[in-house]
Amino acid sequence: MKRRKLDIGAVPGNVARGADERLQVATPLRSLLNKVFPDHWSFLLGEIALFSFVVLLLTGVFLTLFFDPSMKEVVYDGSYTALRGTEMSAAYASTLDISFDVRGGLIMRQMHHWAALMFMASIVIHMFRVFFTGAFRKPRETNWVIGVTLFFMGFFAGFTGYSIPDDGLSGTGLRIASAIMLSMPVIGSWLSSSIFGGEFPGMLIIPRFFIAHVLIIPAVLLGLIAAHLGLVFSQKHTQWPGPGRTNENVVGERMFPRYAMKQGGFFMAVFGVIAFMAGAFQINPIWLFGPYRASEVSSASQPDWYVMFMDGLVRLMPAWAIEIPIGDGYVIPPMFWPAGVLLGVLAVLPMTYPAIEARLTGDKKIHNLLERPRDNPPRTALGMMAISFFIIATISGGNDVVADKFHISLNAMTWVGRIGLLVVPPIAYWVTYRICLGLQQHDREVLAHGVETGIIRRLPDGRFIEVHQPLAAPDEHGHTHLEYTGWVVPKKMNRVGALAPAIKGFFFPIEKPSEAPVSPGHPPVDPAAKREEVGSSH
Amino acid sequence: MSTKTPSTEAVDINDPKLSRFEIIREGARRDDIEIVHYEPQFAPGSKAEKRMVRIVAGFFLITGVASLAFLGIFIFWPWEYEFGAYTASKFYTPLLGVTLGIALLGIGFGILTWAKKLLPHEISVQDRHVGTNADEQKLTGETALYMLDELGLKRRPLLKGAIGLGLAPVAVVAAAPLIGGLIKDPHGDERQSMFKTGFNADYNDGKLVRLVREDGSPVRPEDVSAGGQITVFPGISHGATNEWADSPTLLIHLRANDAAKAAEAADADEINKGAYYGPYVAFSKICSHAGCPASLYEQQTNRLLCPCHQSQFLIIDNARPIFGPAHRRLAMLPIEVDAEGFFVAKADYKEAVGPDFWERP
Ligand code: HEM
Ligand code: FES
Repeated sequence: MKRRKLDIGAVPGNVARGADERLQVATPLRSLLNKVFPDHWSFLLGEIALFSFVVLLLTGVFLTLFFDPSMKEVVYDGSYTALRGTEMSAAYASTLDISFDVRGGLIMRQMHHWAALMFMASIVIHMFRVFFTGAFRKPRETNWVIGVTLFFMGFFAGFTGYSIPDDGLSGTGLRIASAIMLSMPVIGSWLSSSIFGGEFPGMLIIPRFFIAHVLIIPAVLLGLIAAHLGLVFSQKHTQWPGPGRTNENVVGERMFPRYAMKQGGFFMAVFGVIAFMAGAFQINPIWLFGPYRASEVSSASQPDWYVMFMDGLVRLMPAWAIEIPIGDGYVIPPMFWPAGVLLGVLAVLPMTYPAIEARLTGDKKIHNLLERPRDNPPRTALGMMAISFFIIATISGGNDVVADKFHISLNAMTWVGRIGLLVVPPIAYWVTYRICLGLQQHDREVLAHGVETGIIRRLPDGRFIEVHQPLAAPDEHGHTHLEYTGWVVPKKMNRVGALAPAIKGFFFPIEKPSEAPVSPGHPPVDPAAKREEVGSSH
Repeated sequence: MSTKTPSTEAVDINDPKLSRFEIIREGARRDDIEIVHYEPQFAPGSKAEKRMVRIVAGFFLITGVASLAFLGIFIFWPWEYEFGAYTASKFYTPLLGVTLGIALLGIGFGILTWAKKLLPHEISVQDRHVGTNADEQKLTGETALYMLDELGLKRRPLLKGAIGLGLAPVAVVAAAPLIGGLIKDPHGDERQSMFKTGFNADYNDGKLVRLVREDGSPVRPEDVSAGGQITVFPGISHGATNEWADSPTLLIHLRANDAAKAAEAADADEINKGAYYGPYVAFSKICSHAGCPASLYEQQTNRLLCPCHQSQFLIIDNARPIFGPAHRRLAMLPIEVDAEGFFVAKADYKEAVGPDFWERP
């Protein structure tokens, strides 16, 4: 029998042809390989969230192999001597086992927790980026709403995760969660009793939270993340204005190979940072908190950072209740205002912000070009207002620690928080607005007069002037008429080609000083004539 | 090092003279992408390029070394918990983290350097296809509307009604077992736990319930010194566990002049009248705000501070809230001493204990 000789070189081609005949992927695959992505460091923030989520999935699955989500009382007899013989729930005991009796278990737990903190932090910063650059405008409102939902789902993922080890801190958090449910008017006690399966704490809450934490919430998160990325993909990423960039095109590099490689490398770097932190910095040392006891709590018990703003709002709330003297009497407790009303507002207001802004400005156009924060002072100022509110609420969530560390009275800290929460945001608004206008003005000045060179010249009449390098050929008054295009105006000489940094070698320079750096994130400055043609579309 | 100028004439991709790059460029063009700038960052074979290659290789080698170190530590380092301050096992997790971190960062930086420095630099422009096609919208819209016409709901009102009345309940049928099974009447359990605590004599076969410590031992008045306080639990089985999460109580021995003030305030109150035993008072430890144990008692001012949101309660004035978000006082447990000289609860709390809720009287 004669065997056909295998031509190794032809194999990939043949396989590809075979695949295409069956799946018809050639065209979609090529347009995928070729898709153009704009590049800027601020576009990486969302990626950090995505990569942290992947780490959460990996480490979380490992933890489920050892974690026992049961509230059955057991007597601990593991390696951690300080708690031996103590009665505790099986959930807490198994978390101790993960920490002390599973090889590498502690680093997995700590990676899981650090990844969770990183996940939430990057979501929040990513949201700021999207907000301040106006990336949420039409046609991307849907993705903004998905993003806000992702934040709240992450919040619940974190809260349920924090609760299930059933240590002293998580029990306290659960107790407060139950009180928040109880505070809802009319349905409060029914809500709490239905979720806890009876009165707090009951025997069901840990198993229920466990399923929420490892199944329901991750499934929802996964679905939302897929939809989020799908929309980014099909709507194509926004880009900064700049030479050659318009509302109708995308300027950047094709997805493969360079862009995708950078993403892969970045993933590994995020993963590495999480691993490093998980080893170097202890997080949530549950063995120090002891099992949950309804009668015990330590002061300075803080939740994870993304829950602290809630805690702060609850702390700052004055004891306002509404008593309704009908029958035996009914009451809306003070807890309802921060944890019910305010949280509701904090969820709905950001979600509807794109619609609100569009309504107020009457802007129905499609926007694919980003706005620099300074170019939209009202929005930027509003954002800073929200951030200052969030920061004050978060600090107030740890006001007992602050009071203790700086020897301030606790009551004073509470009042500082209460007043600060009302006064600081408007101040932040005003200051931000002014800064935006100032930055705008400076840009316009440079466009009209040129870049400060640092060269001082003495005129024949004895005056000193600083020489400006105009960005285009000036008219007879020495003014240039360049239009602001919504992108960085060069303000230093090395941004217009002077003194670009040379590539250094280890012992001697490898390259002589070269021309202005070229990168998609930082477009080269074109000769003046050409620069006037390019403009963003607004 | 050239910026290749795009040509506009159609390209025959089967032309054997075309380079692979030219074919790629044609492919991109068919996806509305113009590769306007494409240039290697270094002259091939140049010193600078070789140096970059060495750096990338160096990163990968670092990864190799760190990975081996990780494995070695994972397998051979003593990891089982040992008691003591600086035992070798304490360094197990930090060493794993550092080696794993270095290994992953090595790959990360290696790939990043490779992509950023060694791959050609490119700028491509892709068309976004903004704007919608009105014809398309009309065609799709009509297709959808025609489907409704085909069903003919408009012409057949009986069907419309039948769907509304007949099929709507099915939606509820789907929800009922999912949600219905969870719903639980907060006042339905025989223990009536929203209003009763472990100090209720009903749980002790009708006998008065003792105040006991966590280990179950009963408390005599002389066990608590003046100005001191202890946490007590109902002296029933499991009384000190989370099963009775609302029962923990703070038993305080007030100093003489504080005790007089506290007694006066209690007697002026309808509910708390006579609930104290000499200089001893007992208040629920479960904060009326969100249920944390209010556990920080300040002797000088007779304030009880809750560490969760800093509500403060004035013990000598019926534990009235004087600062923070709590708006209800702490319930007072009426106490006395039984024949054997141990503290007992004269009765259960007369007010509901724990966080506030709607129907709480
Ligand atoms: C965005 C998603 C997630 C967040 C924010 C999150 C957050 C957390 C947090 C803060 C903890 C407490 C850890 C500690 O003890 O310090 C935790 C525990 C846990 N998580 Fe997650 N997690 C997420 C996803 C997952 C997934 C997908 C799984 C599994 C499929 C998982 C499984 C677990 C398990 C089993 C525990 C308890 C074990 C332990 O505490 O050691 N998690 N989670
Ligand atoms: S639980 Fe005591 S102040 Fe909130």
